[in-house]
Amino acid sequence: MPKDGQIGPATKRREDVRFLTGKGRYTDDINLRGQAHAYFLRSQVAHGKINGIDTAAAAAMPGVIRIFTGKDFEGIGGLPCGWQVTDKHGKPMLEPGHPVLAQGKVRHVGDPIAVVVAETEAQARDAAEAIEVDLEELPAVMDMKAAVQGGTLVHDDIGSNLCYDWGFVEENKAAVDEAFAKAHHVTTLELVNQRLVANPMEPRVAVGDYDQTMDHHTLYTTSQNPHVIRLLMGAFVLGIPEHKLRVVAPDVGGGFGSKIFHYAEEAFVTFAAKAINRPVKWTSSRSEAFMSDAHGRDHVSKIELALDAEGHFQALRTETYANMGAYLSTFAPSVPTWLHGTLMAGNYKTPLIYVNVKAVFTNTVPVDAYRGAGRPEATYQLERVVDKAAREMGIDPIELRRKNFVTEFPYATPVAVEYDTGDYVATMDKLEEMADIKGFPARLEASKKKGKLRGLGINCYIEACGIAPSHLVGQLGARAGLYESATVRVNATGSISVMTGSHSHGQGHETAFPQVVADMIGIDASQIEIVHGDTANTPMGMGTYGSRSLAVGGSAIVRATNKIISKAKKIAAHLLEASEGDIELKDGKFSVAGTDKSVDWAGVTLAAYVPHNYPLESLEPGLEETAFYDPANFTYPSGAYACEVEVDPETGKVTIESFAAADDFGNIVNPMIVDGQVHGGIGQGIGQALLENTVYDENGQLLSASYMDYAMPRANDVPFYKVDHSCQTPCTHNPLGVKGCGEAGAIGTPPAVVNAVLDALNRAGHDVAHIDMPMSPARVWAAMQK
Amino acid sequence: MYAFEFERPKTVEDAVAALKSDEAQALGGGQTLIPTLKSRLAAPAKLVSLQGIDTMKFVKAEGGVLSVGGGTPHAVVAAEAAKSYPGLAALAGNIGDPSVRNKGTVGGSLANNDPSACYPSAALASGATIVTDHREIAADDFFDGLFTTALEEGEIITEVRFPIPEAANYQKFEQPASRFALVGVFVAKFSDGVRVAVTGASGDGVFRWTEAEEALSKSFTPEALKELTVDDSDMIEDLHGSAAYRAHLVKVMTGRAVAAAG
Amino acid sequence: MPKVSMNVNGKAVSGEVEGRTLLVEFLRETLGLTGTHVGCDTSQCGACTVHIGGKSIKSCSTFALDCEGAEVTTIEGMANADGSLSTMQQAFQDHHGLQCGFCTPGMVMAATALLKENPKPSEAEVRHYLQGNICRCTGYHNIVKAILAASGQDVSAIAAE
Repeated sequence: MPKDGQIGPATKRREDVRFLTGKGRYTDDINLRGQAHAYFLRSQVAHGKINGIDTAAAAAMPGVIRIFTGKDFEGIGGLPCGWQVTDKHGKPMLEPGHPVLAQGKVRHVGDPIAVVVAETEAQARDAAEAIEVDLEELPAVMDMKAAVQGGTLVHDDIGSNLCYDWGFVEENKAAVDEAFAKAHHVTTLELVNQRLVANPMEPRVAVGDYDQTMDHHTLYTTSQNPHVIRLLMGAFVLGIPEHKLRVVAPDVGGGFGSKIFHYAEEAFVTFAAKAINRPVKWTSSRSEAFMSDAHGRDHVSKIELALDAEGHFQALRTETYANMGAYLSTFAPSVPTWLHGTLMAGNYKTPLIYVNVKAVFTNTVPVDAYRGAGRPEATYQLERVVDKAAREMGIDPIELRRKNFVTEFPYATPVAVEYDTGDYVATMDKLEEMADIKGFPARLEASKKKGKLRGLGINCYIEACGIAPSHLVGQLGARAGLYESATVRVNATGSISVMTGSHSHGQGHETAFPQVVADMIGIDASQIEIVHGDTANTPMGMGTYGSRSLAVGGSAIVRATNKIISKAKKIAAHLLEASEGDIELKDGKFSVAGTDKSVDWAGVTLAAYVPHNYPLESLEPGLEETAFYDPANFTYPSGAYACEVEVDPETGKVTIESFAAADDFGNIVNPMIVDGQVHGGIGQGIGQALLENTVYDENGQLLSASYMDYAMPRANDVPFYKVDHSCQTPCTHNPLGVKGCGEAGAIGTPPAVVNAVLDALNRAGHDVAHIDMPMSPARVWAAMQK
Repeated sequence: MYAFEFERPKTVEDAVAALKSDEAQALGGGQTLIPTLKSRLAAPAKLVSLQGIDTMKFVKAEGGVLSVGGGTPHAVVAAEAAKSYPGLAALAGNIGDPSVRNKGTVGGSLANNDPSACYPSAALASGATIVTDHREIAADDFFDGLFTTALEEGEIITEVRFPIPEAANYQKFEQPASRFALVGVFVAKFSDGVRVAVTGASGDGVFRWTEAEEALSKSFTPEALKELTVDDSDMIEDLHGSAAYRAHLVKVMTGRAVAAAG
Repeated sequence: MPKVSMNVNGKAVSGEVEGRTLLVEFLRETLGLTGTHVGCDTSQCGACTVHIGGKSIKSCSTFALDCEGAEVTTIEGMANADGSLSTMQQAFQDHHGLQCGFCTPGMVMAATALLKENPKPSEAEVRHYLQGNICRCTGYHNIVKAILAASGQDVSAIAAE
């Protein structure tokens, strides 16, 4: 459909005006009449048995309305897990319960024990301090490798800390091992993809409301996917049918995955609003967010690459311990498996691959998807081991990558996916030009003169986005479909409301989606408005994550709009007394081919709603269509990134001197928004590479529990980025030819930065094979002392 | 936060009187105290804000001494001391962030004596005099370990007098998350010798590195530090750096401060 | 309860507060000015940045009672008198300096204060000034670009593509 690889210009965002004037409406801006406030009393120990909870003194405190404990939730469902992984022996994963409030045991610092509902938040917190919990502390399960050997169990009832032991593709294992035995060269690397906290700037908030006269619940929540929350909470936790439960996610202040999941606080406020028959509000503090938002990543991996004498990849083998935390968060089991193992081929035609993942329960906050989800973990391992192999074999890292690129498409990988399109040579060519790779030696000299060590790091990535074909994910254990929905409602005067199941939390859907519809009909985008974030007025859809909103949600909008155009043509044919087959739509005008007879868009839409002259015998009045789109395959964005750093040899401090990203996202709708998505991903990638770390001590205390110790990237940690998406190999299986751009930066950046730092050190004579992220000054300095 | 009474006196005398009541605590700019109150790590019955006392807000340079009112925000010191004591102004202009600098005060910073705060190093290296509502305390006698000072209950820092050195410089190596000093070194060269004060590094708070002072008093050059080593046995060890790393940074930052001071 | 009076966005306002009521709570809850946001509890993220007497401060680290008589400006008071966006607000829209919008009010307030102090800042000065304002969406690229543009500097050479 796109004429020139671009659908619409770099239109300024219409949502910006409200955000820039303080008129955004976020969940915490909602205050309902008669609202009470909830404060969660959370465990301060990582693992403990609750012998008793005495709430008497607290209940007598000023303003307290009611105190809830695990007892109130006996017989009520726990938080469900949306994905079941089958292990390498064909057995389902171990799936422990995940109560809304602790039932007899606490399993991580932050696990909720009780909730005080009071007139004010301060009163609720005052009273929570008066609750006496008789807690018997148990040893904390922290080290994943030790945890699977036995000893203390996080969940006594499931008998093991090993959630699953997954082999992929199990049938290939013997052939992979054989290839390693015969290989000319084997490069081995052990690395940690550290635990991160997503940290959207808006902390989570939930407001529960209940209408007793209608037995109707409303939940306002900070969610990337209100329909998913309605389904999970309604069907599996509280037993509320959809028509009695409305979930609203108004403006959402960032998510990065952490607002996909269904959380205890959402279920609690919904439950409590009915119990006390008043609205109940909970607002997370940042400190609370660190111990109650799902964390991300936390993989400990060993990766081995077998090469022949010329540097051709022969086989790849990995073993990963993936931390699940204390409970299975909504999509946690899928991240280290289907979003990770299937991407291990990367951009390379490695013929044999075997991936082993052991998912482990520990006494830590649950771990789930964070921007990129599984794909950054795969890319990081692969691109680090390729870089190490290049150094060991004395081959230029760009040349080694080029030597192994997949060049023919479609390409079926040995890890079960088929890349439809891509051009890895083109993005690498583009990158070499953007990053001025040829000019590096001169810049290296200039840095040396300043007493700094300079390094260049290269990285390639592919990702599987546009999540996902339901038939495929169903086979892989998903307990949900992953289609998307759209209703296009054309109004009498020709204006259009598009209701989508996707939900923007910063991606600019309100601007980009109308561009798609406007382009198809040939009317101005200002005539089109997007409705999203409310289950009451949008069709059932799966929400925004996995770089899926345009590829899947946008495709649903295209389908619905095609139905609209088809019906509008029938109306136009009637009005113009022509045959439907002769009607052409161009620039918002329907005309009869080969004649000067025409009717404009508003003429047709008015006829649809004022059917005075209308083919009522063959066509219903009105102009509104719904479509559900379920993709045939994932999309496969790809790209090549380059990072140049300087290292201060005295302090170990790394500064990013330049960063370039050449991405292939297929077709582009709004290049300004696409640039912004890439910038944001790069920023988070630099954060992971250099700054961010979630640290527990051996007793399970969270040491990096606020911005005093969790290092968020600031403006002066990053440079301007060069980004380009002119290499376009459109997706073959969605109508827009788009691939998705939201996660690329977060996937492609960390290895580029780490490779650059190691390049700098090795060029300066430090024989350092690897440093784990974050490459803090202290770690880089320590590595240079060896 | 726990509930407390709030008073906002207009004079030092009224503030001193207000602080006489039980569990009363002074509030300077609040940039450290307010986050502490939010996490419920402090529970004063009364907060006495010093922000309304105009006589505690001034910067003046006279007779080789820079006098700063205890309630003067960092941003004001950064601007108004830039000519008279540029090393101190630069320190003040790089504390926290611009919003913090518009609120945080020199008196509040010294009274709190956070082991990672910048100002204590300037006071100690300058040989400052801390003037309170009823006495004067030499900086060498003022700092008493983590978050502890010679201040008595209810005593207010009304002024700090910094002797202006011939040359001075502060080098801060930031902790990546909080952006407080992982290690900060203030070097001040006076006609009768050099003083070097280190913040961020030690588990006992700000301290003078006397070996460096001796060496630099003989030769005020980075090379003079060459043979020195910093004992790491008292250094802080945490997720942002080992004791050995901090000890190493003390030497590096001292050298850089000397080079920058010229 | 004690009463506090101040001037917010050019209007005299007053209300009863507790000793522990923060300025941001007074703005959001008493005055309903919800454009000022709370993103952390350790005074680092800057989503709560407002101006007092034209200078940026963090309203989450300021007590309402300490603002007696103060001239407070919030994001709601930043647009021009005719309702059009201020130069800084317009630059943020023009250069896509915001995504989710949550840090944006604080960013605009900080950036406006910067240009008041330093009308033509360098890139490095802009980045340094934003030390107390965290954005998780933009990687700061377009925020820095927008601020440079708002200062009247040519940003066309800044790598976008």
